[in-house]
Amino acid sequence: MQFHRRGTSTCVFEDMPVVVSAAAVVGPREGKGPLGDTFDMVYSTTLLGETSWEKAESKMLRQAVDLALAKAGLEESDVDFLIAGDLLNQIISSAYMAREYDIPFLGIYGACATMSEGMGLGSFLVGGRFARYVLVASSSHHDAAERQFRYPTEFGHQRPPTGQWTATAAGAVVLGAQGKGPRIESVTIGRVQDYGVTEPNDMGSAMAPGFADTVWRHLQDMARQPEDYDLILSGDLGRIGSVVGRQLLRKKGIVIDEIHQDAGVILYDPSPEVGAGGSGCGCVASVFAGKVWKELYEGQYKRVLLVATGALHSPTACQQGESIPCVAHAVSIVSGDH
Amino acid sequence: MTKANIREQEAYSVFLEDFRPKRATLRNIVVAFLVGGLICTIGQGVLTFILSKGIPLKQAYVLTSSVMVFAGALLTGLGVYDRIGSFGGMGAALPITGFANSVVSPAMEYKREGFVLGVGAKMFQVAGPVIVYATLTATIVSIIKLYVF
Amino acid sequence: MPYVRAFVVGGLLCAIAQAAMDLTKANPAIIMVSAVSMGAILSGLGLYAPLVEFAGAGATIPLPGFGHTLVTGMLEDAAQWGIFGILTGGFKAVSAGLLSAVLFGYLMAVLFNPKG
Repeated sequence: MQFHRRGTSTCVFEDMPVVVSAAAVVGPREGKGPLGDTFDMVYSTTLLGETSWEKAESKMLRQAVDLALAKAGLEESDVDFLIAGDLLNQIISSAYMAREYDIPFLGIYGACATMSEGMGLGSFLVGGRFARYVLVASSSHHDAAERQFRYPTEFGHQRPPTGQWTATAAGAVVLGAQGKGPRIESVTIGRVQDYGVTEPNDMGSAMAPGFADTVWRHLQDMARQPEDYDLILSGDLGRIGSVVGRQLLRKKGIVIDEIHQDAGVILYDPSPEVGAGGSGCGCVASVFAGKVWKELYEGQYKRVLLVATGALHSPTACQQGESIPCVAHAVSIVSGDH
Repeated sequence: MTKANIREQEAYSVFLEDFRPKRATLRNIVVAFLVGGLICTIGQGVLTFILSKGIPLKQAYVLTSSVMVFAGALLTGLGVYDRIGSFGGMGAALPITGFANSVVSPAMEYKREGFVLGVGAKMFQVAGPVIVYATLTATIVSIIKLYVF
Repeated sequence: MPYVRAFVVGGLLCAIAQAAMDLTKANPAIIMVSAVSMGAILSGLGLYAPLVEFAGAGATIPLPGFGHTLVTGMLEDAAQWGIFGILTGGFKAVSAGLLSAVLFGYLMAVLFNPKG
């Protein structure tokens, strides 16, 4: 049997899955940010006319899925798998979204790395000819995450400058065996890295080693240089984590400064409230599905490495003194005309 | 094994030192002083007003606290106190209005889980520890005061 | 003049708490717990009563005032009933603050929804 693997961690596709369509929906703060006009839909309130933050998040995710389906011109019955995940306990936003669709559902949790984990798994299903089309979606909601991970939303407290602001956003993509659009050429699944950072208000520092390890492995496995990519988009390292991550790679002789952008950094204008930048599954999902997918589709980028990074802790684990294990998955995507 | 060992962890924590942004400690302290001072001055105004109505000092202090708790609770309900808190830090959290904020914010937040297991159970999620440790410390202090001095 | 004293003392207490939070990187809950306990201890040492005398609301409105009120109440009743006074006096003294918090907290929860 022939395996489609390279090096230690990378899977390459003979028949490259196509990212047929992508849709991003965001809350008001994200809509006012620098990327505001790249999103398909901007809500004017964070409650979306629902009765709770959790219901609002699920609605947002549903909206992103509907839009992605519509843009691809597909019906529910065309899609063979729905893969989704979010930050809330028992990934309820995804489960309550999935009950609205007649599509086999796989729920996943990878914290902020969920989007690239989902796109990786979806590519395996499409590339392995187990599916014609796969929907991948993920979301986060600032207020729902706040009350679960930190304090009630109306509690007055100061955020440390290392803290990150969970984005109210959702992104969805449709992967297909055929069609027009950017194609996924390889996927590198990361290993969980833990360098003993215990401070949940400093997730960027905790996630940086995971990011560096996955990028390094991907480049090794593919025998490539950073210059082979037009963009390395990390998901939610924030301002501090980005610098730390680049520095860690520099130690291994890899310089990505010129082509690296972080979704958490570019989603918002800097402010003390936002702290080190955005975070949450929806952050990188909406930046990819909004801005980056379009630019790939139009050929402005030839090759992009999407590296979403996730901090896999919980408030319980942190209160018990545990450090924060982190993971990053890389998906390499080439523009349509490659 | 991808969990770093103690030596690697320590090296990483040293490495991180160069990248940590400094907290704006001086700015935070000045703002806390101003915001906290202002809230206390308003409290003093309330106290003066109550005293002017001929209410004895001890009761006037008690009444002032209640008025300030009400003010903090109302501002939380109106969605204002979280902003005062993120601006003023401890200047907003330490006065009794901040205590009220710490009671009202979970009560409001968890209303969606019902009035018993939501509002009732979560109301003192943040303020509970304050009451517990205030009571314990005060009891120990009082016992020492009674028997040692 | 009482206003200036209230402003300065109240502001200073908050500034100390802020400095403690920024320098130790502790979370707000730990600072609030420490502040209220410090108030009780200072009260026991006989230092908080003069501060209230001097600054009025500037000393009673910040959380350490809560610890002070508890100790004062316990000692007042203890002067009359001995050790049993500690059981009865504390919450009697802070009753107004706690009752207002529960009452108004509940009221606001009924009236308002969080805006995020």
